[in-house]
Amino acid sequence: MHTTHSRRRSALIVLVVALLAAACGSGDDFAASEACFDDPNLDAVEAGDADLSGTTLRLATHDSFFVSEGTLEAFTAETGITVEQVAAGDAGQVVSSAVLTAGNPTADVLFGIDNAFLCRGLEADLFTPYESGLLDSVDDALELDPHHRVTPIDFGDVCVNYWTDALPGSAPTSLADLADSSNAGQFATMNPETSSPGFAFLLASIATFGEDGWEDYWRDLVANDVAITAGWSDAYYGEFTAGGGARSIVTSYASSPPAEFLFADPPVDAPPTGVLDESCFRQIEFAGILRGTEHPEAAAALIDFMLGTTFQEDIPLNMFVYPANGDAELPEAFVEFGPLVDDALTMDPAVIEANRDDWTQRWNDIVLG
Amino acid sequence: MERHRARLTRWAWYAPLAALLVLYGWPVLELLVRGIREGIDLADGPLTTRATRRAITFTITQAVLSTMATLFLALPLSALLANRRFRGRRAIRAFVTVPFVLPTIVVASAMLATAERTGLTDGPFALQGSLTAIVAAHVFFNVAVVVRTVGGFWSGLAADQERAARMLGDGAATAMWRVTLPRLRPALAAATVIVFLFSFTSFGVVLILGGTRFRTIETEIFRHAVSRTDFGTAAALSIIQLVTVAALVVVDARLRQRLNRPDDLAIDRAIPFASTRERIVGLVVVGGTLTFLCVPMLALLEGAFRTGDGWGLDHLESLTDRPPFLTVTPARAILNSLAFGLLAMVFATVIGAGAAMAIVFGPRRSRRLTDLASMLPLGTSAVTLGFGMLLAFDDDVIELRSSWLIIPLAQALIGAPFVVRAVVPVLRAIDPAMREAAATLGADAATIRRTVDAPIARSAVLSGAGFALAVGLGEFGATSFVGRDPDHMTVPLAIERLLSQPGDVLQGQAMALSCVLTVVTVAAVFAVDRDQRAGL
Repeated sequence: MHTTHSRRRSALIVLVVALLAAACGSGDDFAASEACFDDPNLDAVEAGDADLSGTTLRLATHDSFFVSEGTLEAFTAETGITVEQVAAGDAGQVVSSAVLTAGNPTADVLFGIDNAFLCRGLEADLFTPYESGLLDSVDDALELDPHHRVTPIDFGDVCVNYWTDALPGSAPTSLADLADSSNAGQFATMNPETSSPGFAFLLASIATFGEDGWEDYWRDLVANDVAITAGWSDAYYGEFTAGGGARSIVTSYASSPPAEFLFADPPVDAPPTGVLDESCFRQIEFAGILRGTEHPEAAAALIDFMLGTTFQEDIPLNMFVYPANGDAELPEAFVEFGPLVDDALTMDPAVIEANRDDWTQRWNDIVLG
Repeated sequence: MERHRARLTRWAWYAPLAALLVLYGWPVLELLVRGIREGIDLADGPLTTRATRRAITFTITQAVLSTMATLFLALPLSALLANRRFRGRRAIRAFVTVPFVLPTIVVASAMLATAERTGLTDGPFALQGSLTAIVAAHVFFNVAVVVRTVGGFWSGLAADQERAARMLGDGAATAMWRVTLPRLRPALAAATVIVFLFSFTSFGVVLILGGTRFRTIETEIFRHAVSRTDFGTAAALSIIQLVTVAALVVVDARLRQRLNRPDDLAIDRAIPFASTRERIVGLVVVGGTLTFLCVPMLALLEGAFRTGDGWGLDHLESLTDRPPFLTVTPARAILNSLAFGLLAMVFATVIGAGAAMAIVFGPRRSRRLTDLASMLPLGTSAVTLGFGMLLAFDDDVIELRSSWLIIPLAQALIGAPFVVRAVVPVLRAIDPAMREAAATLGADAATIRRTVDAPIARSAVLSGAGFALAVGLGEFGATSFVGRDPDHMTVPLAIERLLSQPGDVLQGQAMALSCVLTVVTVAAVFAVDRDQRAGL
């Protein structure tokens, strides 16, 4: 009796381990959260042809959400649905407050949950499934949730940037170069617990060096005098050459060089900064219909609109990320100075969720002591 | 009828307390209950780790140091503004509130620029990633609290007692030590508590200038609630924070009870400078403090007027159009800031002045509770309050969480303690003889309050109101959790948005907008705060 029980248990453990290994696929033994992509058994919203005019929708976003004047009004003109936008802090704040009010949401649609926080939101049952018809034009790699509780809207890469003229030697070509003594005191990045690009860079280092190597890599970075700031602004404008700082390498975005080009004073022919391709970690931002909304069909119409070309083509120059819809056309500065790397680093959101608190704690112990 | 009115009056004393309980007590309680229900791991959780104990110790250490340094730097200027009448006196009182409204990121980058220019990037006095940097920033933000609370009260104390002491042969220093300081103690206590609470719950300064190496209870609450969605630990930390603050407020109330005595009040004790020597001392005091306040602001000016090819007004001029990434024009953002600031000021003044009356004249039971309830918001984490409001003000009872009204109301909770702390010492100092005389002449309680108390308290109310206005203009962390309509974007938010993208032009516009905010703040506070009694 006793033996059977324990044998059954070991069989279960073998099964779980096998599943985990399959889920990761990278060959590295990362643990993954099991609950994240389970079937939620929720009824999906169906796009109907009911007259929705007169409805007012609330769209919760992070503070960095920005569209051109007239974009959301185009949606109102099309459908008669009014959109009230509510900005509620940074991406982490938005997800945390949505988790806090799950089922009794402050808005109908949420925009701005990214792959790093995705499973936290899915496990808290934040969203009602809805499969937009426009998903055909979206790269399958961006979709992530098989149950369509969230819809990808945009994506971008967090990449290490360098100020070409301020570098002590040649431009870095790998993450390991940042820990090389020739770049001592040159690199500034952010605390992964207070900054989303900071967390992306931590994930990039884990994806590159694996569970066994990333901690040593960070010890090397610390020995090489890496600067850690709380947020992107204090790194880019405080430590980095852009704000007069003494460091020539910083964690930022793939789209930062085009922005440096577009907003240069005086105007320049080419951006003063470049991107370390090997460091790029992909961030995907999603929108979802919040469970508990009184207007599911109008919310579905808004998701369709956000995935449509009008909204999608408005994204790049306002939020400096790439549209998820492959049919949307890109502005010139993006094509010229912000090319996407083909093989950006990624990580399964279920793996991120299962390990986040442990990784950031270990990062704290190594870097902040 | 008469009895009816008496009962009504008695209940009216509890109105400020009730307002505070609804706006503050209820949300905080909701969040704590939610956290406790999610489970607090007391035995082996994050609470028992060395890191948490270190955070608690560091929170208290930096708050004590910040308070002492602020008093040290601000008292000479307070003394000067209270005792000498000179041109620009009122403008200085308005100017010191400017740091209050500048976004932390702007102040931090200005301090970093200063550090690089003065070479203070390393060593024990480094203005970057050090305890010194944190304390210096707290002093920068809090000078106004001391100058306005202590200076304002001081200028209203009649100078007769010091004059008598001097005539009896005491030197200036002895008279100061034996006569003036004891008389100032109520205002000193008020300012000390406010500065301590501000430093105790400071968030942006610790994160940005501390270089993320330092942790306080406040940053730990944020870390657990926002980064980890662990409301249990956040609630436990909030309870630690609340208990510490409550203990402090209670001890402070006990101490102040012993100071509760009438004093001779004056219209304005300030006199013109008597000698050249006094003028020089005055110049040194004003110059010294203002230099400290101005150095970081100079970096702002440089950023605002330096253009790609030299100097110019380009950035300022570009503010008439809507810069990229802003949902509104800067002009609209300024109007938004002013509207929220003025509303927050009105709410804070009504709640604060009412609470001050209840604390001094109300029934015994209401006094202490009102005192405690009015101070707690200053010592409460923005995360606790903001998230609590999301839970409390949902559709079930009042749907306030989606209304823009929640922004000025939340700001008023931070502004009200200033009004309370400015008004209470003045009301306490009103000589009972004066009130008795009025009563003998046949005035009822309401008339006495209207004709005796109100005029004397007025300048204190205005001084507190000026603060509440600055708090509103400067935007407040808790409101970012509640969510707002992008059309309601305020100036500090606009500045932060501009600084969250790469590009020289945006950085210049952010600095230009910071300068505009500085000017608007000085003008607005100057206009509200006409201290008629003190003739400032």
